[in-house]
Amino acid sequence: MKPSDFPPPFDAREFVAAPSDPEDERIEVGVLIVGAGPAGLACAIRLGQLLEGAPELAERLGEVPVAVLEKGKQPGSHLLSGAVVNPRSLRTLFKGRVRTSEMPFHGRVEHEAVYFLTRGRAMRIPAPPTMRNHGNLVASLSQLGRWLAEQAEAGGATILPETAAAKLLASDARVRGVRTGDKGRGRGGEELANFEPGSDVLARVTVLAEGTQGHLTGVALDRFGLHGESPQVWALGVKEVWQVQKPLDRVIHTLGWPLRAGAKYREFGGSFVYPMGDDLVTLGMVVGLDHRDVELSVHDLLQELKTHPLLRGLLKGGERVAWGAKTIPEGGFLSLPRRLHAPGLLICGDGAGLVNVPALKGIHYAVESGRLAAEAAFAALQPGETPWRPGALARYDESLRDSFVWDDLRRVRNMRPAFGRGLVLGGALAGAMTATRGAFPPGSSDLEPDADQELISAGGAASYPAADGKLTFDKLSSVFLSGNKTRDDAPNHIRVQTDVPPELARLWENMCPAQVYEAVEGGVEVTASNCVQCGAITAKGGRLTPPEGGSGPEYTLT
Amino acid sequence: MKIAVCVKCVPDSSAHTRIDPATKRLDRSGEAALNAFDVNAVEEALRLREAAGEAEVVVLSLGPERALEPMRKALAMGADRLVLVSDEGAAGSDLVATSRILGAALERESPDLVLFGQQASDADGAVLQAAVADRLQRPLISQVAELRREDGKLRGKRQTEYGYDVIEAPLPAVVAVSDAINEPRYPSLKGIMGAKSKPQETLSLGDLGVAADEAGEAGSRTTVLALGEPPARGDTVKIEDDGSGADKILKFLLEKKAL
Amino acid sequence: MKTLVFLEHHEGALQKDSLGVLSKAVSLGGEVEAVVLGQGIEELAAGAGRFGATRVHVMDDVLLAAPLPQPRVDALETLVGEGGFDTVLFAASVLSADVAAGLAARLGAGLNYDLTDLVVEDGQLVGKRPALGDSVYVDAGWTSEPRLALVRSGTFEPSETGGSPDVQAYESRFQDFSLAATMVEQAHEEAEGPSIEDAEVIVAGGRGLGGPEGFAQVEELAKALGGAVAATRAVVDAGWYPYAAQVGQTGKTVSPKLYVAVGISGAIQHKVGMQSSALIVAINKDPNAPIFEYADFGVVGDLNEIVPKLTELVRQRRAA
Repeated sequence: MKPSDFPPPFDAREFVAAPSDPEDERIEVGVLIVGAGPAGLACAIRLGQLLEGAPELAERLGEVPVAVLEKGKQPGSHLLSGAVVNPRSLRTLFKGRVRTSEMPFHGRVEHEAVYFLTRGRAMRIPAPPTMRNHGNLVASLSQLGRWLAEQAEAGGATILPETAAAKLLASDARVRGVRTGDKGRGRGGEELANFEPGSDVLARVTVLAEGTQGHLTGVALDRFGLHGESPQVWALGVKEVWQVQKPLDRVIHTLGWPLRAGAKYREFGGSFVYPMGDDLVTLGMVVGLDHRDVELSVHDLLQELKTHPLLRGLLKGGERVAWGAKTIPEGGFLSLPRRLHAPGLLICGDGAGLVNVPALKGIHYAVESGRLAAEAAFAALQPGETPWRPGALARYDESLRDSFVWDDLRRVRNMRPAFGRGLVLGGALAGAMTATRGAFPPGSSDLEPDADQELISAGGAASYPAADGKLTFDKLSSVFLSGNKTRDDAPNHIRVQTDVPPELARLWENMCPAQVYEAVEGGVEVTASNCVQCGAITAKGGRLTPPEGGSGPEYTLT
Repeated sequence: MKIAVCVKCVPDSSAHTRIDPATKRLDRSGEAALNAFDVNAVEEALRLREAAGEAEVVVLSLGPERALEPMRKALAMGADRLVLVSDEGAAGSDLVATSRILGAALERESPDLVLFGQQASDADGAVLQAAVADRLQRPLISQVAELRREDGKLRGKRQTEYGYDVIEAPLPAVVAVSDAINEPRYPSLKGIMGAKSKPQETLSLGDLGVAADEAGEAGSRTTVLALGEPPARGDTVKIEDDGSGADKILKFLLEKKAL
Repeated sequence: MKTLVFLEHHEGALQKDSLGVLSKAVSLGGEVEAVVLGQGIEELAAGAGRFGATRVHVMDDVLLAAPLPQPRVDALETLVGEGGFDTVLFAASVLSADVAAGLAARLGAGLNYDLTDLVVEDGQLVGKRPALGDSVYVDAGWTSEPRLALVRSGTFEPSETGGSPDVQAYESRFQDFSLAATMVEQAHEEAEGPSIEDAEVIVAGGRGLGGPEGFAQVEELAKALGGAVAATRAVVDAGWYPYAAQVGQTGKTVSPKLYVAVGISGAIQHKVGMQSSALIVAINKDPNAPIFEYADFGVVGDLNEIVPKLTELVRQRRAA
């Protein structure tokens, strides 16, 4: 049995509509950006720079030339990553204006190590060439996001937090903007006393920078037939931030334990441990969602990981101060949409799948794609051009293909996480890959959707530690630490069949890091208010849609 | 009619608010939000305005510059303007100093009605409204779960330990509302976008005529002597029920004088 | 130290919390006097002597008949000035919080509130209070006199120590604005028992109850203990009990003297709503339930056996 046998009650057409608000109630902006993450904010920042030198255009764009919608409580609330960031795109974006030293990074990567773990040992192995991080900077993406938002606002952008983009507004084969989500609905969708309907927000150019599994991105790819040759696949990353007694002096990646190597498990992934300054450490577990064991829980694999001597010592006497979870698109080059623009529309960042999986990098691509999107939008808004003329925004795709983003992704296109394929292959593969610029190993488009994986019951949970409240924790404590305090009577934003066989219910129950699903008699029960919007369910048979704006996690250090 | 709503920006109630061991004051560097009860107060002001046909709703606060952002939520909901008293000399103000400063800011505005949220989530005293009412020499109705205005008089249902009182007071008055009074509205997108262009004033202590020794630690009459760990709960006892579980619980309750 | 304790009264009886504060003041030493304000309260006032007040000041005035705070501020201002008190203590209530705060502004006097203990250290009065959801403990002091303090309700138990005090009537003038608010209708004792925010005892039910019928026994136990009923998010979500009774991160925060958790696992979302309860008793059949880590007394067993038995035992005890 596989999850795709029980597809979710979701039809993308439900989320595309023509504008419906009366004309005088519609909100009009110049460029509308959906998502205040690195891609969206880079776009907003670059537009601010360009409009500085084009005051007549700025005026023609109206009172709000650049608007950024963010469904989280504030920019950063829904941002989560490792992260070790390649600063090149930020340098380009802020050239001549802000130095890297003024950006909120937690230090340069001086040393790094890759370990292969067994239950009791950690064996140092040479870092694959794709994982060399010298010159890169450690960041909390949530903090970086907050800082980028300030820069965007200083440059004239209007950031609108607590605002979800629920529907794509399209008519006459072009994108007109988005419709924001309603607020104040009850559990059954009924209007509560303080019900506030969403609004039509119209724009000349709409930029979707929604991040992994972007809701409207998926809708737009369907609507405009933009899907790439291979389906997208994802990994789930679960991470914590700890206050520690002794500083960590290196960036660490691990492979091996606690993941199982046998082919039948399909447990591809590893962990990362990064220092954030002298007193903080962030660590996380990343596992491909093509795993088969219904008992697998990335949340609990992370708890298990912490019991390894290498990590236990590092965290001794420390305190867990943050927790979060989010999916990462892993299909790479082969899963990219065949085009990232449509009339009036541009797609950036993780939503497009611009992630270098072996290097675990996506932030600098997001920033670069946002910057290039801004330039394309700016060009299409000049007198004599209209952004919804077919091809007006083609310059975006062209510039992206000419950039290092495309080069990088093409070079690593045949590599699932190098460090997940098994230790023998790891180093050799990586070397061969680099030497042949990606031609070897030969293109295995063996990318099946994660939901097509046959499920097995393989006892993964047997080794998960019980929560001790000091080193290891249970899911509800983790959800609490994410800052999630979504109201209990919020409508269910997760589209999933509930009359499902026990195996599938168990898969979801274990997979979800936030304890949203519970296997019960007859199927599965959904406690949607626990959801931290990681997106794992979308990979495995359900579909996440944006909940009420402002709800969900309130990340600050992730 | 002019309604002034006093609001406080408190650290967002996420997992780690902490007290800065160096200054012994609340570490407010985390993101701030409007105190929940104050949002009820803003909502009540807007409802009174709707009932009256028109009124000016001013939102007032004492805090750092950072407070402007959360205060704009009140503007997004529909308040007309905001006034922030922001001055380093006010940091560390206790009830005496805070009520002096707010009192001065309110005198400057001279509103018909001053609304407070019953208490703040970070310091939980439910004391500010009475201190300010005394400074302004105005009648006070607190812990109000229902409020009505009729012929220049206010009628409030005050919730006490014994049930509800109905108290009447003429305007100008000071009222503190509980969270039972209303369900605050969500700001509309238009409201949020319009908030930035509404008047926002920042004042210093000097603008209010408040002297340095009336504010901050100098103007306070209480002080934090030390910070420590809360007293340990004591040992937890866990037993298996062998039929005598209920008796053992009773014994425990009697021991602890809980009956 | 010369301390004045504000004694509240309701329907002919001195309020228990105020008497607790009075007993505490006596134990701290120095001269301790009390004040009772109202109408027709002279007889009541004498009762304060049993709890150690050497003198009880009384102001009996029709303008103090209704339990409104501002005339009381005027009355206390006069008394504090005349009596030379350096310390004024209140047991927190809706009324006394307003009185104490109004008095603080009037006198320019420091007010420390939500205190859970009062001690004398190195000759200085120090108030202790929890902060930040009980994660930190603060030692609070005053930089001038008189020192005003509001003590969290239920903190101190009254203890009879004294005899018959000297009852002294006095008078005061009132400010015009103090008399502007008037009582139109005064509250009666609630028929249904305390609301969960005010309750001294709470019995809470969770998923272990098995279904909404499970709440019948929770209600019985609550009645026997004279307390209120609360519920966890999970059972409210499932429709077993109304949202008004929900305790936890997305419900109410309570701090009763006794919290009995029946069939509740005790996840942190629930814990943050009740962790400052003075005493926590837990009954759950799962020995690994997180609640056992912070309950003062936990019983692993079948709640359907234990709860009815406990209810009966409590009833018997109370009848005796």
